[in-house]
Amino acid sequence: MDTLNYLIDGFGVALAPHNLMFALMGAFLGTLIGALPGLGPANGVAILIPLAFTLGLRPETALIMLTAVYAGAMYGGRISSILLNIPGDEPAMMTCLDGYPMARQGRAAEALAISAVASFIGSLIATVGLILLAPLLARFALTFGAAEYFALFVLAFATLGGITGKNPVKTILAAALGLMIATVGIDLSTGVQRFTFGTLELYEGVDFIIAIVGLFAVSELLVFIEEKAGAGREMIKVNKLSLKWKDIREILPTSFRGGVIGFISGVLPGAGASLGSFISYTLEKRILGSKNRFGEGDSRGVAAPESGNNGASSGALVPMLTLGVPGSGTTAVLLAMLISFNITPGPLMFTQNADVVWGVIAALLIGNFLLLVLNIPLVGVFVKLLSVPPMYLLPMVTMVAFVGIYSISHSPVDLYFMVAFGVAGYVLRKLEIPLVPVILGMLLGPEVEKNLRHAMQISDGDWTILWSSPLSITLWAIAIAGLVLPVIVGPILRRRMKAGAQPD
Amino acid sequence: MSMRTPLKFLAAASLTLSAGLAMAFQPSGKVDCIAPADPGGGWDFTCRSVGKVLEDLDLAPGSVQTINMAGAGGGVAYAHTVSKRSDDDQLLVAASTATTTRLAQGQFPGMSADDVNWIGAVGADYGVIAVAKDSRYQDLPALMDALKKNPKAVKFAGGSANGGWDHLKVLIAANKAGVDNLPKIPYLSYNNGGEAMTQVVGGHVDAFTGDISEAQGFMESGDLRILAVLADQRLPGKFSDIPTAKEQGIDAIGANWRGFYMPGKISDDAKQYWVDAVDTLYKSDEWKDVMKKNGLMPFHPGQGQFEQYVKTQIDDIQALSKEIGLIK
Repeated sequence: MDTLNYLIDGFGVALAPHNLMFALMGAFLGTLIGALPGLGPANGVAILIPLAFTLGLRPETALIMLTAVYAGAMYGGRISSILLNIPGDEPAMMTCLDGYPMARQGRAAEALAISAVASFIGSLIATVGLILLAPLLARFALTFGAAEYFALFVLAFATLGGITGKNPVKTILAAALGLMIATVGIDLSTGVQRFTFGTLELYEGVDFIIAIVGLFAVSELLVFIEEKAGAGREMIKVNKLSLKWKDIREILPTSFRGGVIGFISGVLPGAGASLGSFISYTLEKRILGSKNRFGEGDSRGVAAPESGNNGASSGALVPMLTLGVPGSGTTAVLLAMLISFNITPGPLMFTQNADVVWGVIAALLIGNFLLLVLNIPLVGVFVKLLSVPPMYLLPMVTMVAFVGIYSISHSPVDLYFMVAFGVAGYVLRKLEIPLVPVILGMLLGPEVEKNLRHAMQISDGDWTILWSSPLSITLWAIAIAGLVLPVIVGPILRRRMKAGAQPD
Repeated sequence: MSMRTPLKFLAAASLTLSAGLAMAFQPSGKVDCIAPADPGGGWDFTCRSVGKVLEDLDLAPGSVQTINMAGAGGGVAYAHTVSKRSDDDQLLVAASTATTTRLAQGQFPGMSADDVNWIGAVGADYGVIAVAKDSRYQDLPALMDALKKNPKAVKFAGGSANGGWDHLKVLIAANKAGVDNLPKIPYLSYNNGGEAMTQVVGGHVDAFTGDISEAQGFMESGDLRILAVLADQRLPGKFSDIPTAKEQGIDAIGANWRGFYMPGKISDDAKQYWVDAVDTLYKSDEWKDVMKKNGLMPFHPGQGQFEQYVKTQIDDIQALSKEIGLIK
């Protein structure tokens, strides 16, 4: 019953008026960010992190706000998918398939409402899963020594291909870039400086947050400038909502299945929300068999991916909170934020920072209700935002990023770095090299290195320590499977995804 | 407007002059306190809590604003203070043993302890050496004896970098206990004390080196047995059961003090004002309350002795770092 007590305490934290206010603000901002094409949850959270620092928020308040942003962005992603046929973020891609046809048939408001309900169900299922499983996983974590951690981080690298998948070589390249950046700074294990060139600002290495904001947000601006996106794009009128109970009942089973599938793929590091929404959609298509009209504006075709990606987004918090291993790009960003608040994600978080963890979990539940309430009546408002020309929108985004980063450390050097990362991010995007593995490389690289060296110190240089426990052997096996399976299964999945992406 | 401002300034200047008869220096307006790290850490806590008490006691006339300036373990803030604000007499910078360690090891290139004014300490966190509850070591001498036979026999986990304060505490104790081969003692560096402790509690590493405030949680849960606290005498309150290293025959002190330095070119009067202010603060009930709530232990070298304490500490750390080959 500890869990229940903690959760009640968590509600106490999350329901404190100022925390509730920031949760509401986060949910709203998140939905807006999610609705903006291309500006996904990872970017949204990255952009708003400096805001949390500027406002001088306490760790739990900042985390509650950012989790709400995270959840909100997963809701918001569907809006432009349905109205513009442009996914607001990667996982919302599958929502285009049936959402846009529905909108063209004059059922845009229904599509938006149904997807909001499905998102809610997906998140709810996964949050319940998080509550039940997370403490269990946390207790397990004391058994992790240096060797086990090393195997675990190798596992995370091995499944990296699942995140972006398209071109494994580019993913490896991106991760290697991240690893290289991670070596800058004073090496903790020897006290030796690496690649600092006598620059004081480099002693502690390159800050994740600067890299993330630069790579995602600043490069977004550059890409937008180049494309002059959004100019003269045709908008679909949103009809008046006429949602019947029957419509909701019809999508319930689909949403439940989607939520469960999403949660599972979210818990596995490296799988993530895109996979959740994709599998949920394809599986639902198969389950419904000939009864479905997927691809032609079937409401269940909207519900399946939406419950899947929202389930995955909550599921991804499990490995992040209990093991300190991010399951998705956004949790990688959240992880970086926790570290910058001097909170160590991992088993200890549940005991040392119980108020933070359970506050966040409670906030996730509350956030879901807030989002449902926000999303149905405010659909019209969100749609309006899509018509704000980028020439007004983007300077604001950039300003927030600059002010925020400067306020973290008051160092102009950080701003140069952010711009440099922005340019690098732009180049990487042009080369179609995914950005998320760069961040993962930066985050996980030092951990891999540190744990390998610790393992060697503990065993006095005996390599067999790395596979001397059942736990580490299991992790190695999963890592190898994660590395090998996508090579076999990947092309098959991708072919299906392509087939699914052509509705006509 | 253009007339009024100089007038005001003149008025303020003459006020200061007349007040100068009674007291040579009076701060006016906003006081800055630089915390050389991100929000949430020890330096940040020092600035924010001291700032608040300074305001409450009217030792600072206006507000005390905390500015976070992370980088190079305090080096960025140190360089900023030395090069850009060398005569700013309303600037306090939070410091601790981590600052003196880095100065001693030359990690702030081109800068030394003489470049700033050391104002005072407001308390300390004392070092501990601890083992898991099922460890075979019952006291510090037993652990040190094992190291004497084989310096690799006990592996230590701590939250600082190699050569950092947590590592040095082990070496200080081992040195006093008469262990010969100091550089051979294995030290595993973790991101923070908490991470290091899980490894010790989980049975993966033999012993933990850190501060008493970090160890409190696992000590109270019974998972961790604290062999010794590296303090002059037993700590007050719930820590009074923990033996000191000294009473076990190993005269090792490891105080991680918290305090302040100021820019190097401020007037003697300004310096005296702030030394007095920190003195007054340390003796106040408000500050005693802060210390109690946050587990900060008594530590406050008297008037004028802090500067000497800092320099001696730097010399000691330098000698030790040379001995283990960390610096040449």
